[in-house]
Amino acid sequence: MKMKVIIVCCLTLLFWNKATATTLKMAFDADPISLDPHEQLSEGTLQFSHLAFDPLLRWEKNGQIEPRLATNWERIDNKTMRFHLRHHVTFRTGNPFTAKDVVYTIERLKKSPDFRAMFDTIESASMVDEYTVDVHSTYTNPLLLNIMTYVFPMDKIFYQNQDQIIKYGETFASRNVSGTGPFILTERELGSRMELKRNPNYWDKDSGGNIDKIILTPIRADSTRLAALLSGDVDFIFPVSPIDIERTKKIKGIQLVTLPSTRILLLHMNQKRRKEFQDIRVRKAINLAINQPLIVEKILKGYATPAGQLSADRFLGHINGLEPEYDVGKALQLMKEAGYENGFRISMMAPNNRYMNDEKVAQAITAMLSRINITVDLKTLPKAQYFKEFDNHSADMMMLGWQSDTMDSNNLFEFIIACPDAKTGLGAYNASEYCKPSIDDDIRQANREMNPERRIRLMQQIERTIYNDAAIVPLYWQSLIWAAKDNVKIQDIVNDQNYPHIGDLFIEE
Amino acid sequence: MLIFLLRRLMQACFVMIIISLISFAIQDKLGDPVQQMVGMTVSQEERNLIRDDLGLNDGFFIQYWRFAKGAIHGDLGTSYYYKEPTLDVILEKLPATLELAFCAIVLVVIVATPCGVLAAIKPKHVLSRLLMIISSIGLSVPIFIIAILMVYIFSIELNLAPSFGRGNTVEVFGLWESGLFTKDGLKHLLLPSLSLAIALMPIFVRLIRAEMMEVLQSEYIRFAWSKGLSARRIYFKHALKNTMLPVITVGGIQAGTLVAYTILTETIFQWPGMGFLFMDAVSRVDTPLVSAYLIVVGGIFVITNTVVDLIYGLVNPTVRLASHGL
Repeated sequence: MKMKVIIVCCLTLLFWNKATATTLKMAFDADPISLDPHEQLSEGTLQFSHLAFDPLLRWEKNGQIEPRLATNWERIDNKTMRFHLRHHVTFRTGNPFTAKDVVYTIERLKKSPDFRAMFDTIESASMVDEYTVDVHSTYTNPLLLNIMTYVFPMDKIFYQNQDQIIKYGETFASRNVSGTGPFILTERELGSRMELKRNPNYWDKDSGGNIDKIILTPIRADSTRLAALLSGDVDFIFPVSPIDIERTKKIKGIQLVTLPSTRILLLHMNQKRRKEFQDIRVRKAINLAINQPLIVEKILKGYATPAGQLSADRFLGHINGLEPEYDVGKALQLMKEAGYENGFRISMMAPNNRYMNDEKVAQAITAMLSRINITVDLKTLPKAQYFKEFDNHSADMMMLGWQSDTMDSNNLFEFIIACPDAKTGLGAYNASEYCKPSIDDDIRQANREMNPERRIRLMQQIERTIYNDAAIVPLYWQSLIWAAKDNVKIQDIVNDQNYPHIGDLFIEE
Repeated sequence: MLIFLLRRLMQACFVMIIISLISFAIQDKLGDPVQQMVGMTVSQEERNLIRDDLGLNDGFFIQYWRFAKGAIHGDLGTSYYYKEPTLDVILEKLPATLELAFCAIVLVVIVATPCGVLAAIKPKHVLSRLLMIISSIGLSVPIFIIAILMVYIFSIELNLAPSFGRGNTVEVFGLWESGLFTKDGLKHLLLPSLSLAIALMPIFVRLIRAEMMEVLQSEYIRFAWSKGLSARRIYFKHALKNTMLPVITVGGIQAGTLVAYTILTETIFQWPGMGFLFMDAVSRVDTPLVSAYLIVVGGIFVITNTVVDLIYGLVNPTVRLASHGL
């Protein structure tokens, strides 16, 4: 008790002297579920990883991969890549960062239930010398670098022998952190605040970041989060709800930054539940009846990109010119040809708090489908309940949003389009029950194809097949919207994966 | 009195068992807790293993029995998200809620009593009429509208008070993190407690007015006037005392409303108390925490009602008869 008072006094004095310390107060909609970077593969965890840890390499805004703790790399043979590590980097504990930590981290990632699927393609990592690591993949893997962006080296000396990963119990790693990152965790009140201070020994001296302290508050309610920014209680928020965008734009001293993301929103038409959906004409009619540009403009206020395919612009599988088509006349004609002139009744489910305005979008689609005489019984649920229903394929049509972990088309195809297979986990989110063995072959090949030209061709072929078959209804790629005070230069540090590089954030005094 | 007490305790136990059953039964309706723990790409097989570990694949009664066994020993399970015993998590957040409720109640008492009395004494006065109109409006405006308005006016436009959170807290008596003793903490308390008070006030103003008017009509007050007692003495000693009796009862019943309102207020102001914890737990499908919260709140209810009955018994000896003691 006394000790606490003394500490508080000391801290007060400290901050008194450092009146110039730059503090960033952030309010995001979620905070990391755990301090263990391998416990859950989620946006919150990765955002935190970028604060307290450093990745070996990271994505730049232009879609290029940039060296961080790995300075350069070369391919040794078809299955091996060699990474040269940065020298003179230390962990928070003062332990030096070397190749042993990278090997240790990759081995731990292979044990993590959440990261295992991605790291199964890596056979092993071996230490060549103090600052060189060889990574061996199980087969020729074109996405090795993409996967390596998930390696945030952990302090082996600090964690080893007490590094079990448990989802629902306390572990050493979920309560203690030692990384090389730009910030050091100083305080954490689960679910209500997290404080970090600048790492004084951070290796990246060229970074323009000048934040000394971060206070991160998770605020779930959109209106509260925005009010916190408008009243000046916080400096930087994510996300901004589309309803508030226009209002926020008009306010002086507040900036809105938005980026198109690669998260695709789509509808599944379950062909096992409904024989009508087995008819390609019906699927095409549904695709024609839904007006994606109108949804984007009216409901999402333009903060999305209408989609006619799964792969976003920066993905290799993206086919230029594959735009969503809207033609009710043609759709009615197709319905007539298929023998459903009088339409039919279907059930549809969508979440109501997972994606931007998801419920309203689902309602709009319901209205659009009624124009081709399809009556939709729509049920929207909170995400906690929705995904349970999704896994059970409880409705004829279901909404899904998907962001590729590897920033590659194939991840979308594997989870959304491949034939469902409980053993391999392929097609886990294929609520269409659409199954085409030729696509599965292409997916397998694209996973091993090292020639970029041939790989692009393979993935575009899959994309084209999905389009021709009208296997699903692509809707749009959702945008990311941040807001901040004018003097907080977030423009330079946000990216389409939503892992803001706050270590490089500059605040003008 | 003893029989009365025993009977009340028996009832309380029975009510608690029912509450525990219901709160346990809704767990399944909230969603899938495992879904919240794993990333999207984790296979069904893996999820099933976790479910097995957590005992979620057992039958309802097996699960309830396990839960009830723990509950008897004071163990209401472990929160999935906080990874600590649920009771500890809730008790940690209790001070914040109690402070908020306490400040709101103090505000209500300070403001509602004089307003109610004034409206009763001078029913024709302009001020009284205005009070009645305002309280009618207050009764019908939902609390979140009030709260959002407050935030808009006081924090966004006037920048007088922070819009969320609890601010700096200091530890008092070594076990209570309090925001009542720092300027920052009080500033943060202002808006949420005011919103809560405004939501609760109208009903009390109207109640005090109605009761007071009734009391002022009674024989003994007329007798007091004819004895020539001073108006102040009549109003505030004789009349108010008898007015307060039903008000206390209603106050006990209003405890429920207070709990419901704290959930809303805390959610809007990101106030790290029990209500906020509960909402968070619902959206995270932290089922043990949701059940524990319901049981704790149910317990608070049962205790308040029992205590109100007892106070009633002390104030008005006629209800002490066991035959009346419901």
